[in-house]
Amino acid sequence: MTDDVSPTQSFSLDGDDLPFASGETILQAATRAGRYIPHLCWHPDFAAHGSCRICSVKVNGRVGAACTVQAAAGLEVESNTPEMNRQRKTLLQMLFVEGNHFCPSCEKSGNCLLQATAYQMGMEGPHFEEFYPNRPVDASHPDILLDFNRCILCELCVRASREADGKNIFAIGGHGMGTHLLVNSASGQLGDTAMSLDDRAAHICPVGVILPKRRGFVIPIGQRRFDLKPVSQQREGDAT
Amino acid sequence: MSPTPRKLKVATVSLAGCFGCHMSFLDIDERLFDLIEHIEFDRSPLTDIKQVGACDIGLIEGGLCNAENVQVLREFRAHCKTLVAVGACAITGGLPAQRNHLDLGQLLTEVYRSRPGLSAGGAIPNDPELPLLLNKVHPIREVVHVDYSLPGCPPSADAFWHFLSDLMAGRTPHLGHGLIHYD
Ligand code: SF4
Ligand code: SF4
Ligand code: FES
Repeated sequence: MTDDVSPTQSFSLDGDDLPFASGETILQAATRAGRYIPHLCWHPDFAAHGSCRICSVKVNGRVGAACTVQAAAGLEVESNTPEMNRQRKTLLQMLFVEGNHFCPSCEKSGNCLLQATAYQMGMEGPHFEEFYPNRPVDASHPDILLDFNRCILCELCVRASREADGKNIFAIGGHGMGTHLLVNSASGQLGDTAMSLDDRAAHICPVGVILPKRRGFVIPIGQRRFDLKPVSQQREGDAT
Repeated sequence: MSPTPRKLKVATVSLAGCFGCHMSFLDIDERLFDLIEHIEFDRSPLTDIKQVGACDIGLIEGGLCNAENVQVLREFRAHCKTLVAVGACAITGGLPAQRNHLDLGQLLTEVYRSRPGLSAGGAIPNDPELPLLLNKVHPIREVVHVDYSLPGCPPSADAFWHFLSDLMAGRTPHLGHGLIHYD
């Protein structure tokens, strides 16, 4: 991200003028200005993936993903509107029923971006019929647990392992409802990879899939990151 | 002088739940005195009423794990103008639904027959009075229409209070930050 922001280059976000640097996406420019646009699969340190669509905004009347649409002078972007937030809530509700999200028994509860975004969108229940898929956990690694029940297929671990750790430990495979996270070892088990707790990929998961063992409740539920302040009032890129 | 408004009738029940939501409800403490000015309880663990009568509000804790749960839920729906799914179990099936990808027969065998430490000749209970277990645990909205959900495991006392105050005043309940929680 460059800092050469030309004051003549700006677009409008929910009616406010927002300057941007050339090459920035709408989400990058908004984040730099401290404006919250809900997102799950985007992280400032990695290339955009554009898969979750939670960041969808209206750009000159048409819906686009704020993490992939380039900022351009004069664009009219609508994000925090009842219509867009309602659509985001529906997407979140679908994500919740596609996996098994039992927040009361999840170590990540309170530190989870999916949950915090759902709070932000006022999601009181999942609305759709639950799928209850069968997704066994992988506890083969001595320091890291994988609980696939909560995977939202954001590919952040895939990108982090490949781009930051140079290890390529994760991949997404399958189609449609069968799409799932894969571990790149002959056995398919995490214990048979070079994964280490120091890897970026071990700490990037926005939900409770990739969890360091033996520290789940170090901070009690109720005092965790998103218990203290809603996601819209937090600084981007802070550890979850 | 305006006439005293009629008290709202409220019924509550725990289906496949742990009564934690009811306990949290009682945690509104001295505000119960304010509440009781505005409501009276119909069927609830707090009364000894066996059948739910005509009510304004029904609060359902717990999901559906057996045939009796389904029957009681249907009775609540038929008698309550406004039905509220209270807590994670009523809303998503909750922790009991974590058995949903396991085989029910195998589970019963594990618990009643093959667990270490059981006495010889242990059997899976099959008294005709026991309600039939459902193959899977379900949230209540998969069987009846639900008007509102009050999330939490359990919802906090403040969340209960805020929610009921809105409902009693005829407003659509709205839980802001700190009151909306799934854990
Ligand atoms: S990953 Fe997040 S949404 Fe899913 S169960 Fe855990 S806390 Fe809840
Ligand atoms: S494991 Fe986590 S980071 Fe990886 S794809 Fe699933 S949700 Fe995303
Ligand atoms: S954050 Fe833009 S599509 Fe996921």
